[in-house]
Amino acid sequence: MITDDDVRYVARLARLRLGPGEAERMTGELAKILEHIDKMSELDTADVPPTAHVLDVVNVQRADKVRPSLTRDDALKNAPAVADDSFRVPRMG
Amino acid sequence: MSGVLDPLRLKARAAKRLLVDGEVSAAELTKVYLDRIAAVEDRVHAYVLVTSDNAAKYSTKIDREMQAMRGPLAGLPLAVKDNMVTEGVTTTCASRILHSYAPVYTATAVRKLWDAHVVMLGKTNLDEFAMGSSTENSGVQVTGNPWDLATVPGGSSGGSAAAVAAGEALWALGSDTGGSIRQPAALCGIVGMKPTYGAVSRYGLIAFASSLDQIGPLTRSVYDCALLLRHIVGKDPNDATSVELPFEVELPEGDRLDGLTVGIPGEYLALGIEPGVRARFDETVALVEELGGRCVEISLPHTEYGLPAYYIIAPAEASANLARFDGVRYGHRAEGAEDLLEMYERTRGEGFGAEVKRRIMIGTYALSAGYYDAYYGRAQRVRTLVRRDFARAFEGVDLIVSPTSPTVAFRAGSRTDDPLAMYMSDLCTIPVNLAGLPALSIPCGLSDGLPVGFQLIGPAFSENRLLKAAHALEGALGFETAPTFRDSAASGDAAGAATSAATPDAATSVAAPAAAGGAPPAAPGEASS
Repeated sequence: MITDDDVRYVARLARLRLGPGEAERMTGELAKILEHIDKMSELDTADVPPTAHVLDVVNVQRADKVRPSLTRDDALKNAPAVADDSFRVPRMG
Repeated sequence: MSGVLDPLRLKARAAKRLLVDGEVSAAELTKVYLDRIAAVEDRVHAYVLVTSDNAAKYSTKIDREMQAMRGPLAGLPLAVKDNMVTEGVTTTCASRILHSYAPVYTATAVRKLWDAHVVMLGKTNLDEFAMGSSTENSGVQVTGNPWDLATVPGGSSGGSAAAVAAGEALWALGSDTGGSIRQPAALCGIVGMKPTYGAVSRYGLIAFASSLDQIGPLTRSVYDCALLLRHIVGKDPNDATSVELPFEVELPEGDRLDGLTVGIPGEYLALGIEPGVRARFDETVALVEELGGRCVEISLPHTEYGLPAYYIIAPAEASANLARFDGVRYGHRAEGAEDLLEMYERTRGEGFGAEVKRRIMIGTYALSAGYYDAYYGRAQRVRTLVRRDFARAFEGVDLIVSPTSPTVAFRAGSRTDDPLAMYMSDLCTIPVNLAGLPALSIPCGLSDGLPVGFQLIGPAFSENRLLKAAHALEGALGFETAPTFRDSAASGDAAGAATSAATPDAATSVAAPAAAGGAPPAAPGEASS
């Protein structure tokens, strides 16, 4: 059973700041959803191979040639903060 | 000339003929839709952004440079779901975290249509990041279903479906991860198709669940669906999972289903399908037989495990895909953070809505140490079982049919407090995405005055077979896609049940079906069961 502490731990992994009461509410919601998901454990899947992808394609490759890519200006165009042609971010903690 | 054009009924096929014959200009045609948007958008709220000026200018240019700008789609107005990036046109995913994002490139599917001189009318509303089944998770606005404005249009492509149904677009693009094209098409009484996984490039489609997402058309007819689909398919060097179709998408013809074997999965009908939907479904199945098709019962034994598997796989992929929204390169950034970690956490906490957070949390949990095998690993194995079910069934049948949605359009607000109830909206559509198959929904009548969708599912790359069968069935059903614009909330019709379609808009749509009794619109040769 998922607990408030689990939710806070997972929120930290996901880099999500939850507001007041949000973690507790989410614990209840996730518990209900996970209970439904646990239905899968009725099946014996030990000998079933996993499907990550439905197509039969593997390792699609292209020629290793330089192609035009985003310009620096375009790459920085939507950035909330820019300095010295770079993305500007707050200091590391 | 535009006086005779009724945007509630006009189909792309007829619009094209009018353009080619010089009966109407591209500018006039575009104005029909811009005028319609101006008239009803304050009630429908289908668009996040209407690009009126661009559309008017571009359509005038098409008229002026007719020789250079020709082609089968030239001048036909289109709406685009706002999770496909469009250079020079803001793209938001209906999320606060991307509220003013200005893309620097254009999604391949959209680019192909722009190159074919389609006129883009605007960007349509969706559940934030395409996560939802009612479009109520939009961070921008709630969209009304043109059949009853107090009900939802379905989701997540609810804006595209409502725009087409309301005559605010000739046709539209949507995306489908677990039913997000087919379910809103069903709830809005139009045609919607999810192609085979890989048929349409996902480049520029803001990723939700990469192994499930697929772009497809929402249209007013099956013919239009084929016409739009044939212009967006193909391998794209920018999407390694895209493939070249081994055939050309054909424009469907014919009115018979002779020689076609159609499977009806008993498990789908046990999924709590409401009686009105079941009645329309049974009538349509009878119609399949009248047209020469043979219907047989089949079994897809792992159907009920599709939803649980999906709600691990899709959130797991989403939690990885949405990691990129961190306030560094684009979108919202929280103000005044002391350090980088605080900036990440607060940006994402402020920027994402409740459903997106729930899915990120489920996905992160399912992928975290100690839970990976129990959840993600198991879900991938269940996905194999769901695929095998379909493969086995298609050894004996050409197509599989089911209701698209277990219910008709539900009241806004009625499922928002219960995520699991909302997830159940997609019971019949989710297994198709898990297996990567093509499927489409066509309207097959009304229940309580609201449209019912009929889903046809085919083996991978059976698009032509699907479209041909759907086209024949559509002709026999004779459903007219003209909604009634009633508002059961305003009229005090609390149950959302049909009482009267006597609104001004209903009067303009001659074949607007009388809603009482839930009978499908009469059509010659229709099964009377």
